[in-house]
Amino acid sequence: MHDMSSHEVQHHAPPTSFIRTHVFSLDHKVIGKQYYGLALLAVFIGMFLSWLMRLHLGWTNLAIPGLHFLSANGAPGNVMTPEYYLQLMTMHGTIMVFFVLTTAPFAAFGNYFLPIQVGAEDMPFPHFNMMSFWVTFAGFLVLMSSFFTSDGPTLGGWTQYAPLSAIGAVAGPGQGLGVVLWACSIGLFCVGQLLGSLNFITTTLDMRTKGMSMWRLPLTVWGWFITSVMGLTAFAVLMPACILLILDHVAGTSFFVASNLVLNDQLQPHSGGSTLLWQHLFWFFGHPEVYIAIVPGMGIVSHVLLANLRRPLLSHRVLIYSMGALAVLSYMVYGHHMFVSGMNPVSSLAFSFPTLIITIPSTIIVLIWMGSIYGSKLRINTPSLFALGFVSMFISGGVSGFFLAQPSIDIMLHATYFVVGHFHLVMAVAAIFGIFAGTYFWFPKMFGRMMNDTLGKVHFWLTFVGAYCIFMPFHYLGIAGNVRRYQAFVDDYIQPLIPLHRFITVAAILTGLAQFIFLYNLIHSRFWGKPATDNPWEATSLEWSTPTTPPPHNNFGDKLPEVFHDPYQYGVESSVGDYVMQASPEKVKTVNEEA
Amino acid sequence: MAKFFAITIIVIAIASAIPIVRHTWDPPANISTHGGLIDEQTSETMAEAGISFLISQILLALFIWKFSSFRPGDKIKTFPGGAKTMVWAGFLLVGTEVLALGIFGVKAWADVYFIPPAVDAIPVQVQAGQFAFYFRYPGPDGKFGPAHPELINEGTQNFFGLDTDHDADSKDDIVTAEMAIPINKEIHLLMHTKDLGHSFYVPALRVHQDFVPGLDLSLHFTATKVGKYEIVCSQLCGLGHYNMKAYLEVMSQEDYDSWLKKQAALQ
Repeated sequence: MHDMSSHEVQHHAPPTSFIRTHVFSLDHKVIGKQYYGLALLAVFIGMFLSWLMRLHLGWTNLAIPGLHFLSANGAPGNVMTPEYYLQLMTMHGTIMVFFVLTTAPFAAFGNYFLPIQVGAEDMPFPHFNMMSFWVTFAGFLVLMSSFFTSDGPTLGGWTQYAPLSAIGAVAGPGQGLGVVLWACSIGLFCVGQLLGSLNFITTTLDMRTKGMSMWRLPLTVWGWFITSVMGLTAFAVLMPACILLILDHVAGTSFFVASNLVLNDQLQPHSGGSTLLWQHLFWFFGHPEVYIAIVPGMGIVSHVLLANLRRPLLSHRVLIYSMGALAVLSYMVYGHHMFVSGMNPVSSLAFSFPTLIITIPSTIIVLIWMGSIYGSKLRINTPSLFALGFVSMFISGGVSGFFLAQPSIDIMLHATYFVVGHFHLVMAVAAIFGIFAGTYFWFPKMFGRMMNDTLGKVHFWLTFVGAYCIFMPFHYLGIAGNVRRYQAFVDDYIQPLIPLHRFITVAAILTGLAQFIFLYNLIHSRFWGKPATDNPWEATSLEWSTPTTPPPHNNFGDKLPEVFHDPYQYGVESSVGDYVMQASPEKVKTVNEEA
Repeated sequence: MAKFFAITIIVIAIASAIPIVRHTWDPPANISTHGGLIDEQTSETMAEAGISFLISQILLALFIWKFSSFRPGDKIKTFPGGAKTMVWAGFLLVGTEVLALGIFGVKAWADVYFIPPAVDAIPVQVQAGQFAFYFRYPGPDGKFGPAHPELINEGTQNFFGLDTDHDADSKDDIVTAEMAIPINKEIHLLMHTKDLGHSFYVPALRVHQDFVPGLDLSLHFTATKVGKYEIVCSQLCGLGHYNMKAYLEVMSQEDYDSWLKKQAALQ
């Protein structure tokens, strides 16, 4: 609650120098924009890598002009080698999961809007906040640096299963220095997220302004808060796992390498490690990570949707409880990644039931959204289209979870493109739709200008249809038994699927090209967009009550706002229209005041 | 715009379901005694997930269609029963659905993993390594000789590290690059890897199990159809992963006996 002592802790004067204003800034808003910039850079690199991969999968011996400039060893004569394919795949997954799906919806938007939405001047630990971004950025540079090593980045996939990742260069190109750089990068990333999570949690608990009870927090804040709690536990496990992995490389330890392994006819000098230990540690992080990517998106989508439905949610609390249930259950389900890993088969059943049960809160969330659309006054604009697109993608990706939750069916679908289709829809595309919804919605507040709505809609249509054309066929490939992480399809039963791969490749390139419309819109609107009013969406939460747009250095000027209402009081009759802002003292007859 | 969006969602939902309903892309037909249960479980899940998918997408589309066109004076309506309806629907519809799937699915899983192999099951050893599978049959004495990892040498084709000079049980062991098994006989597959994590995935057999360095794992199954099927690796194991494959030949008992004799002569 409101507490002057904590406000004093985070108070810092506006910077005067360029470096302190734009580079090593303590302002959560600048840090949020820095995270967004990093995610934007990362997503275009990740997408470019996916284009190269998709071209190679469709036409294996295709010479891609200029490819040898990226890697002379990886693409002699511009044709991708098998190992280079795997290296690009690993980097695509790592960049996207960590530096896009975690960075944009959580770290970028969370940094910018969480303090404003709770009514605070900044976060309680601004130096930690600055450090969290720069450590994350250093992690990104370390990861990118592996492209410039002699044998390239690691080829072990974003999951880095041991002992392929732990035994060293003898396992293949990139498995020496490449893995060490990968583990250093992800270790740094974990440090950044731990510092960020700490700030998010303390801001939410300690920095709320007068009248802002926990139940009055917008769903975005709940999403970031729940994600921070998950992040604190999940990244705290991945970081030591990365340290142990590095030690296996540089200190001669054998945490993840078993005895008596023979590579190139040589008995390896490791003993006593456990392959499954890595998998347990990784997935104890890895499954919560799925929710770390998607729960902020759920918050953003709810927030954007409600402003456009012009009504409160069917139940604010049920949605929060459901997001909380996802977070708790996410630690109990991770073993579903390991049904056929050699783990005790009884454990597989033990992990299967919570996985099936997690569909209940997920379903309730979707039903609450759908039930709120019912009877609403839905406004169609670019943010609401992306928010509705999120719901559609989340349903499509979610139903395939029914299959993968069952060990018996996983016998057929494990490590196939079905899994790739599932997680891309439910985690990647849905989260990206959340990012787009948030971007189009908050851009006016962040930059004081509107994004072009027509271009936004064109971007939406191409992306929505394109994403389905790419990822729905992945499920068909998986059902047919198409194993993932193959650089070419030499198996008799997989070869007939190559035309479907080619279709996906064409769809991926076209959908990727559509993202340049977004990039153009983003850059053009930043400088030449129509000037935005303080509250262009007629929304209710505190970010729309700042004295200026974009908000001033300390967010609210001389006086912090006081909160009088639930966050989504739409559909009421007030002096400003069909909504009442949280910071407005006006008494109105509310529809559904739950707080 | 909203109506067009609603139609697009419905078209995408129906178009997505067509290849599933028409079985355009199916896995290789099942050839194992236990695979039928897995296929049945998959079909039931497909029906339930498919119906949930179609109903949800179509409802989403209809709501978008209907509630985006309102008149200025229209009042907000609440879904009948409000949030309670949704919570009950979540628990009852999906809860029952997933619990039913979970409980029925246990049998298919138990058939593969909880029932021990028959005492007369034919033992076959499979060893995975970058980027090939090798198989070993115990020979007439019915015993596998011990493997010595330090003796593994691909150059001399000692794939399993056998010491035939000193280990009597190894002398009659038969090592092959392809797997052959007799039809309708239970096979007890003993799995180990010499180097990294790999996987033994035979879609036609409905068998999929990772190799774990340092662990000896086993599986058992019975093939019911003569033919040649692919064994592929599904656990990323390095640059040649995509090409790590072998063939499984299911033969009549007579063909299998003569194949085994021929292989023994080649050792």
